[in-house]
Amino acid sequence: MRDHAALSEEFNKDEARVDWHDETLWFIRQKRDRAVHSIPEWEWLRETGSQIKNNVLSNLSAYLEQFEANALRNGVQVHWAADAKEHNEIVLSIMKRHQADRMVKSKSMLTEECHLNDFLAKNGIEVIDSDLGERIVQLAEEPPSHIVLPCIHKKKEEIGDLFHEHLGTAAGEADPQVLTEAARQHLRDTFLTRKVALTGVNFAVAETGEFVVCTNEGNADMGAHLSDVHIACMGIEKIIPERKHLSVFLRLLTRSATGQPITTYSSHFMKPREGQEMHIVLVDNGRSRQLGRADFRNSLKCIRCGSCMNTCPVYRRSGGHSYHTTIAGPIGAILAPNLDMKDHADLPFASTLCGSCSNVCPVKIDIHDQLYKWRQVLVKEGHVNSAKAAGMKAMAYTFANPSVFEVAGKSGRWFMKNFPALVSNKFNPWYKEREMPEPPKESFREWYSKNRKKA
Amino acid sequence: MSSKNKILTALKANQPDLLPLPALEVPLAEPVSAEAIEEKFKTTVVTIGGRIFEVNNFDQIREVIVQQFIPPARIVSSFPELNDIAETDIADVNPHLLENIELAVLKAQLGVAENGSLWVPEANMIQRVVPFICQHLALVVNRKDLIANMHEAYEILGNSNTGFGAFIAGPSKTADIEQSLVLGAHGPRSLTVFIYG
Repeated sequence: MRDHAALSEEFNKDEARVDWHDETLWFIRQKRDRAVHSIPEWEWLRETGSQIKNNVLSNLSAYLEQFEANALRNGVQVHWAADAKEHNEIVLSIMKRHQADRMVKSKSMLTEECHLNDFLAKNGIEVIDSDLGERIVQLAEEPPSHIVLPCIHKKKEEIGDLFHEHLGTAAGEADPQVLTEAARQHLRDTFLTRKVALTGVNFAVAETGEFVVCTNEGNADMGAHLSDVHIACMGIEKIIPERKHLSVFLRLLTRSATGQPITTYSSHFMKPREGQEMHIVLVDNGRSRQLGRADFRNSLKCIRCGSCMNTCPVYRRSGGHSYHTTIAGPIGAILAPNLDMKDHADLPFASTLCGSCSNVCPVKIDIHDQLYKWRQVLVKEGHVNSAKAAGMKAMAYTFANPSVFEVAGKSGRWFMKNFPALVSNKFNPWYKEREMPEPPKESFREWYSKNRKKA
Repeated sequence: MSSKNKILTALKANQPDLLPLPALEVPLAEPVSAEAIEEKFKTTVVTIGGRIFEVNNFDQIREVIVQQFIPPARIVSSFPELNDIAETDIADVNPHLLENIELAVLKAQLGVAENGSLWVPEANMIQRVVPFICQHLALVVNRKDLIANMHEAYEILGNSNTGFGAFIAGPSKTADIEQSLVLGAHGPRSLTVFIYG
């Protein structure tokens, strides 16, 4: 499997596209800033959101039981899934019970994490993703590259080609208005003909047993209200204690995500529609384990706004697919090693640790601190490649021994001056995209001892 | 052990000591006047792609509707007052047969100034799918039901169980294709807000 560096290098081959990707995401970050700066109590909201989530994580077992009891009272069926496999099997069993072989699904990063679509396809069930961005990447047979903006890496001409092939739009048609209209007509038919709809969950309220789904397109509602069976899948960390806490999170979520004051639809599902069956699947899949890691449990506070991706200088220039995991960017890089440390050992290193992610996070997750801490865990557990481990050890030794440091500095300067080709070549990763600096004539230590003597 | 027990046992073992819930005391600088709230609401609704009409009676609402939506377009409404131009008895119809609704005129319980959203409980939707499946949506909100922010909204809603309900802010939209804003993704292509009274 290729790591983040290799995949980024692939993405970086097309310089114009990297610039475009970078600017598009930065534009969203700027929209976020404008929305945030119009709320004088923004920092109070962040702090309050953070504290509510701290309380949730410290009392998650009780809140989940309270939520289940209230949802059951509302006539909703509740399922518990320890891992992705069990989640997928629960969904399949509901499909089978209703003899349904087609499903319409709105955005759910959890089902991406569980690879539900592949699993259902193998079991003869067709899934159509109804969020426009997700439908586009589904047609392209790619995973989403961003949790809020699934096809942010695609140009409209590429989307036009996909729609020409699959939805019969005119060849060369790339007008977003026309393409969106084509998707609207195509998916309207899907909504009207599917017995089962699956949605994600943004927030689930322990006190009332309701769950809230936020969309701009209205696709979750179109699916859910036209279906005989509504399945809502959620990670167990989506619980919040009371309904009034929704006010804090709904104020934070969309301003952080896209700079809108709120999504077009914030739908509160309390009871099934008359004659409808409603299911909630509560999924652990490693979350209880992450809760036990004191240094990393705060990652479970995430409300999936994506603002850490939009601001990240690495994500903007490497693209979501370079993270080879469902949730890309800084938050993904601290969630993924919990799921599989070995496969995702490269991700905490895909950061400059500049801290911009932590600054924009609406629930104050210490993302860049956790990235730094994961690096230490990964090196200790032997999950980084031997060259990096050896290099780090050599560097630690050099920095800890002044005489070695002096010799290393001196010889480095001498080689750079007399044999520049030794460092200015493609085997030196630092030389990529950069000129090596001119070697200084003397080190600070040499300058200092010379000048101090004079004084 | 069932998965439920397995999960709960793991959580109990791993969750940290109980941390307190914060109070929701919003640090607002000063009380905001009803006029300022209304002004903010109107600006926000327009910014997010909606239209505003101020009306004093149903004749004025009817006038706007007839101007904008020429019959025989299918119109439905939760207001018996509009039964001369709209179907008001579709509560028992199969929701799939609502696919060709051109305009739905529904009552909103609240209008929130900070984000331009309006709360519509299930009881005001006729059927849950109506505000989503219609081509155009019109919401009628009483002037006195305009409030400043989401904290006030949930204070008013309390813990009432309405089965279903939604905050609706503007027309359905997407910017998934190169961040170009397109109105009318899957839901209504336009939102008209009538401020009543």
